Amino acid sequence: MSDMRQLYQEVILDHNRKPRNFGSILGANRHAEGHNPLCGDHIKLSMNVLENKIEAIAFEGDGCAICKASASMMTGAVKGKAVEEAEVLVEEFRSMATGTLDPDSHVNHLGKLKVFAGVKDLPSRVKCAILPWHTLHAALHSEFLVSTEGEADPIPGTAIGGQ
Amino acid sequence: MNVERLNTEAINVDRIRSDFPILGLQVSGKPLVYLDNAASSQMPQAVIDRIVHYQTQEHSNIHRAVHYLSELATKEFEVARTKVQHFLNAKDAREIIFTRGTTEAINMVMHGYGRSFIGKGDEIILSGLEHHANIVPWQMLAEEKGAVLRVIPMSDAGELLIDQFEALFNKRTKFLALSHVSNALGTINPVKEMVAFAHKHGVPVLLDGAQAAPHQVLDMQELDCDFYAFSGHKMCGPTGIGVLYGKARLLEKMQPYQGGGDMILSVTFEKTTYNVIPAKFEAGTPPIMAAIALGAAIDYLCGIGMANIAAYEHELLEYATERVSAIGGVRIIGTAAKKAAVLSFEIKGVHPHDVGTILNNDGIAIRTGHHCAQPVMQRFHVPATARASFSFYNTKQEIDKLVAGIHKVQEMFA
Repeated sequence: MSDMRQLYQEVILDHNRKPRNFGSILGANRHAEGHNPLCGDHIKLSMNVLENKIEAIAFEGDGCAICKASASMMTGAVKGKAVEEAEVLVEEFRSMATGTLDPDSHVNHLGKLKVFAGVKDLPSRVKCAILPWHTLHAALHSEFLVSTEGEADPIPGTAIGGQ
Repeated sequence: MNVERLNTEAINVDRIRSDFPILGLQVSGKPLVYLDNAASSQMPQAVIDRIVHYQTQEHSNIHRAVHYLSELATKEFEVARTKVQHFLNAKDAREIIFTRGTTEAINMVMHGYGRSFIGKGDEIILSGLEHHANIVPWQMLAEEKGAVLRVIPMSDAGELLIDQFEALFNKRTKFLALSHVSNALGTINPVKEMVAFAHKHGVPVLLDGAQAAPHQVLDMQELDCDFYAFSGHKMCGPTGIGVLYGKARLLEKMQPYQGGGDMILSVTFEKTTYNVIPAKFEAGTPPIMAAIALGAAIDYLCGIGMANIAAYEHELLEYATERVSAIGGVRIIGTAAKKAAVLSFEIKGVHPHDVGTILNNDGIAIRTGHHCAQPVMQRFHVPATARASFSFYNTKQEIDKLVAGIHKVQEMFA
């Protein structure tokens, strides 16, 4: 990537500074926590899903700009969506971040989320972008704890580093 | 001990840099600025040439056959062992065991010594500065045996609190496992005094020297530690080779770590008699090429002089500390009075991972993350840090580039 501004676009920096839907939902009926031990990203997601629709969603936690912006924009993108529609976005986002879906040449529903397409060139950062989506997927399936490592590793062979 | 003249002028950094082919690399279209030496160092041409020479002229299995190549490879492998012995000023070459790295060396002591001599209710002292490699094996042992881990706390500067260290000792204390130099903060621990104190209580000591061996003069007889572990790839050698130094009388008491060929004197289905040290701990075909290359790396480093390296790296650290601490919104984590050339820092409002990615775009390689020392991160209430670690082939101009990179990060996140 020749210019860092392709990744750190103003929209990402803005969501990092002022994350939307930050906090937790009182009386939420779906929860999950995602953890990326590589860089310490940690996301707690809470949602209210009623009649198959994501009525409310919020996240809290600590992470790098890519992770926080991804979480913030994700909450905006899936709020009000049906569970199946959210799952389609999870799949499309994951494919875009790992480079198997080119959002400019394939039909998709990513919209503004396309700003994250640049992470595919930075293998060590793919997990940062994917973590919130991974956590959303877990919350929708009532798996409480997820990690970007081990069996759930989106890019095997990039597990936690050494010294 | 290597006799050396202390002279930072002895470091001709331009000439040294030309010894390292990889330093000529361009990354992201910029000259590589390699500041991740605490993770792994680069290899000079002399070591690369030694590897090529071994593989093209000398390779065979060792300690096995009577043919020319086997005898030659065996001789060179054992020459490498004596080079390590002299590098450490160990009494005896039998006290040098080749391992895969520091981690394996520590695990070897945990299995071979710990499982025999540490039992239920016994206490193992570690420090709060340890790398996971010097925590997890002892935790595994403690779980297996019902032993207890005691942790030496540290100050806000990242220095171990020596009075609290001394207060941890009691009749149940059976082992001290301690880093010589902290990988996450750079703190150089007063290991000689700590070893002496432990010995007063009859407690054997293992030093994790992964971050010390590449950067300073080492003398096992002066330190008097019982075990010392380090890795080849952090000191201009290849990966896959490391060293466990152990006092002969302790190694002789220890159980072998792995069973197999070369570590035996005789085998029947009824009983096996183990070989003498160091062979007892080198089961199977060892990394012959890597051991010989480590010997060449030691020759290279001693050609420059470990004291010269230490003095020059200290100069780099002082320069980097001064320049980086002058930047508003940057906090240096780890400000011990005695430090190796490691600079861990955080930029206010920016996650270290973002710092690393943006610096990488200018060809600057630093490490970001918890540095396999999560307890250290917890102690300083940070999820991770950015860490620049310097070697004798780095320059002040490269530190200037790091400083410019930090300013760039701050502008982007302003």
